[in-house]
Amino acid sequence: MKIADHFKTRWLAHTLRKSARALLGLGLIYFFMQSSSLWVHADEAKPLAEDPVVEARLVDIAQELRCLVCQNESLASSRADLADDLRREVRSLIKAGKSDDEIRSFLVSRYGDFVLYRPKIKPLTYGLWFGPFLVLILGLFFLYQHLKARAVTEQQTSALTAEERERLRAILKE
Amino acid sequence: MIQKKFLIPLVLFLVLVVFLGVGLRRDPKEIPSPLINTAAPDFELPTLKGEGNFSPKAYLGRVWLFNVWATWCVSCREEHPVLVAFAKREGVPIVGLSYKEIQPSDEDKGPMSLESKLSLARARSFEWLKKHGDPYQLSVLDLDGRVGINYGVYGVPETYLIDTKGFIRYKHIGPVTPEVLAQEVMPLVHELQKEASTNSWPNTSRNAELAPSTPQSFAPSYALK
Amino acid sequence: MLVELGHFALILSLLVAITQGVLPLAGVLKSNALWQSTARPLALLQWSLVAFAFAVLEVAFLQSDFSVVYVSEHSNSLLPWPYKMAALWGGHEGSLLLWVFLLGVWSSAVAMFSKTLAQDMVARVLSVMGMISSGFLLFILTTSNPFLRLLPAASEGQDLNPLLQDPGLVIHPPMLYMGYVGMSVAFAFAIAALMAGRLDTVWARWSRPWTLVAWTFLTFGIGLGSWWAYYELGWGGWWFWDPVENASLMPWLVATALIHSLMVTEKRGSFKAWTVLLAIAAFSLSLLGTFLVRSGVLTSVHAFASDPARGIFILVFLALVVGSSLTLFAWRAPTVSLGSPMGLLSRETFLLANSVLLSTATLAVLLGTLYPLIIDALKLGKLSVGPPYFNVVFAPLMVPVIFMMVPGALARWRQAQWSQIKPFLILPFFAATIFSLGLSLWMGHQDAGILLGFWLGAWVAFASFQQIAWRAKQGLRMSGSFLGMQLAHLGLAVVVLGVTGVKNFEIERDVRMGVGDQVTLAQYHFKLIGVKEVRGPNYKALRAQVDVTKGESESVIKTLAPEKRYYLSSTMPMTEASIDSGFMQDLYVSLGDVLNGDTPQWSMRVYYKPFVPWLWAGVLLMVLGGLLASFDKRYRAPILSGDKEEGADQSLGRESSHNGDSLPVASTPLA
Repeated sequence: MKIADHFKTRWLAHTLRKSARALLGLGLIYFFMQSSSLWVHADEAKPLAEDPVVEARLVDIAQELRCLVCQNESLASSRADLADDLRREVRSLIKAGKSDDEIRSFLVSRYGDFVLYRPKIKPLTYGLWFGPFLVLILGLFFLYQHLKARAVTEQQTSALTAEERERLRAILKE
Repeated sequence: MIQKKFLIPLVLFLVLVVFLGVGLRRDPKEIPSPLINTAAPDFELPTLKGEGNFSPKAYLGRVWLFNVWATWCVSCREEHPVLVAFAKREGVPIVGLSYKEIQPSDEDKGPMSLESKLSLARARSFEWLKKHGDPYQLSVLDLDGRVGINYGVYGVPETYLIDTKGFIRYKHIGPVTPEVLAQEVMPLVHELQKEASTNSWPNTSRNAELAPSTPQSFAPSYALK
Repeated sequence: MLVELGHFALILSLLVAITQGVLPLAGVLKSNALWQSTARPLALLQWSLVAFAFAVLEVAFLQSDFSVVYVSEHSNSLLPWPYKMAALWGGHEGSLLLWVFLLGVWSSAVAMFSKTLAQDMVARVLSVMGMISSGFLLFILTTSNPFLRLLPAASEGQDLNPLLQDPGLVIHPPMLYMGYVGMSVAFAFAIAALMAGRLDTVWARWSRPWTLVAWTFLTFGIGLGSWWAYYELGWGGWWFWDPVENASLMPWLVATALIHSLMVTEKRGSFKAWTVLLAIAAFSLSLLGTFLVRSGVLTSVHAFASDPARGIFILVFLALVVGSSLTLFAWRAPTVSLGSPMGLLSRETFLLANSVLLSTATLAVLLGTLYPLIIDALKLGKLSVGPPYFNVVFAPLMVPVIFMMVPGALARWRQAQWSQIKPFLILPFFAATIFSLGLSLWMGHQDAGILLGFWLGAWVAFASFQQIAWRAKQGLRMSGSFLGMQLAHLGLAVVVLGVTGVKNFEIERDVRMGVGDQVTLAQYHFKLIGVKEVRGPNYKALRAQVDVTKGESESVIKTLAPEKRYYLSSTMPMTEASIDSGFMQDLYVSLGDVLNGDTPQWSMRVYYKPFVPWLWAGVLLMVLGGLLASFDKRYRAPILSGDKEEGADQSLGRESSHNGDSLPVASTPLA
């Protein structure tokens, strides 16, 4: 009995080991086939751009840049010739490792602040960036003042009423 | 019974109307150049006649006009006679920048090699200049528009006035007219020529803020053979 | 011949409009009842003449009468007839005719539905509207005449801009203009009240339904414009902070503030001067928008062909109308009474805060739109202000507005108790928190903006459901005002959820696809089956067939057919995107150019846009809410039946439970 069990166990272990190896092999094949783009997604469409990472960064930057020859369109979405050229320039600057700020300076030094959809924060644009905030503070301040003034009137009128009620009670007591 | 605070909306509105009125006279699409009073970006481009490359350094010591044009540009035909007359009359040399002569539609049938682009551009330009007159001392070919970008070109035609030290002193957007040449360009030309002869340095510190980084640092030079 | 009759009718209408502007008002000044009574018939006559001119121009379009300059510039004999009709407002001259036609609609409506309003007030209101009509008619006849002849007639028209050949053109401008022009009614009422020195709750109660209807149209019009841009332009954007879009948003923001401020004036007699100023501002912004779009002062994809002469006319008109209104305001406003007092925590406070915030938001948009012009006018350079600015400045201002919608709807008039409001905040607070966390976890990622956006939308939505349910449970009647408010608030909440969702979770891919290729976004697979040529009435196109499957399933859930159209009249190709709209998302495909290569390939843009349908659903909810509120019994009864009394008892100080606005109130009135 013991020997049969022993053989069974050995057979089991052997089978298990073989299966494990087979599975591992299959798994490796599967893994390699997945990472090569030829197997499951044999017909997966390739991105239009050569380098999607660079392209993604281009879109990010270009969305905040203005197409100079269009009627108010961003550099990212414009189909004008000059827009194509400028996108090409930005792409090569990205590939050359330039930072976003450097790319923006590149364009601003050639075309001026007009090309930026996000105006630079400088004395000329303080009114633009801080104006609404200041107006809000002012508005809320006046609102508060107004409400306080009106509430005071309310208290005063009811205070008088209380006084008058007192007098009335006094009169009634007599 | 007019309390001050109730007048505020009216006052603010009138200020707005004034701005809107002034705004009516401005052109929202005209972009002034930040390159005025900065060094003209260097480049090396092939010429129309094929006599080797040209760089603006060759014109140091002279006051000259740099005119952006192309055969596909309709407004250029308008300004061309003016330039031709100007070139004959005054002694100011004009260098042409043939901007993106080869258009995307030329490559509809398939991409072109650099050689074929150059020869097609030259052929078309020669024909055009023969028909409309040639005011240029020489014309350089900016096929991919990169030099144009360095100069802040966003439309055609555009014209730059460059002084003896190689600094851009004036830019005109759109076709040049005799009035522009007479009232704005020539007086400046005389001033610059006087400046050069008395050896005084031009005032270039004024618009330093507008050109923080020299365009030249990013401009590759194209040595197209 | 007919065209000349139309032209003549327009000239006549100008004369009638001038009479309408002068005679009734003179009648008021001279206490001449007869002259005052001419207001109504004159308004109706003026509109009939404009309507005739409008109809004549429509006939010219339908008959493709290319001897009319305007028709030849904007139409073509091959154009499908709905677009021939809509082409009337496809250009500057015709759109102005539409404006003046709709102004006539509103004037006539005021003439017909004001039987219970005092005659001298009717005279004043219609006079003001007549003056505005005169200005526009004069503008049309002197600078922008659609009836000019082209001799010899063109054999074929230049065709309508292909971008406009779309159902959106048929409906978006009329709805939007109804909104813009409708603001003139509140404006006229305000001016009339200032002139009469009678800024009272009656004025507020008359203004409110008119403002509500105009607001509803404006909401619908802006929503339609957004939707149209989304599906027509081919790359999925729906708001660009373009100057023309801003020109429609600003009156909307002020009109929203106006509706809420009118509530306070109507109920408590407070904020009269501020409400009047808002009414003037709303219409002024409509006029300013007209100026910005047609004068060439700002660059925009939407701008009409500009002409400085036209710009000067509109500017002068704008200066006269708004300048005189604000002068009248400065003169008369100090004399109005302050109305009833209010506590620091009260419905009035919330509504006033709403006004302050919305006005600041309007100012921010105005500042951003005009800043480039101001800097250029001062010769300080040229700069651009675009979406990055507006997104940073506008969104934070709206956060408190949306937050306050919940306690604001709960607070009582005059003096609210925190103890009374608090119980109704608990459920929305926690439900919103759970919803926001849950949704962002399910969608895949979260950050402060996402969580806040989802939370705010859910906060208002849950509160609306709760308040409606509470009322139903109490067996209380739900008036049009109440339901309208809840629906409109709910609508805005849904829009907020939509905006948060789409901006943070949309996926876009630009790919090159050959036949048989597929691309996967979220769990959706888009497979290109084929591309073929098709013909339309006035174009030929390439049409791609894209099958969409989801997840593991093989069954095609939708077939999309994006096109690239080549109109006979234009050299630029037009992209017609194909969109599958579901409850939670849109699947959007756009066909690009054919690419060079061995096998035919096309550039395709594929989008997964979650929550976009919520944007349009939210707008529709707001429109429904606005309609319900406009036609509340309170307004209908006195206006239609002539019963003035029912209006009167909804006045100051009475906290009655059958008042549709406040919620949820015990039936015992306050002391």
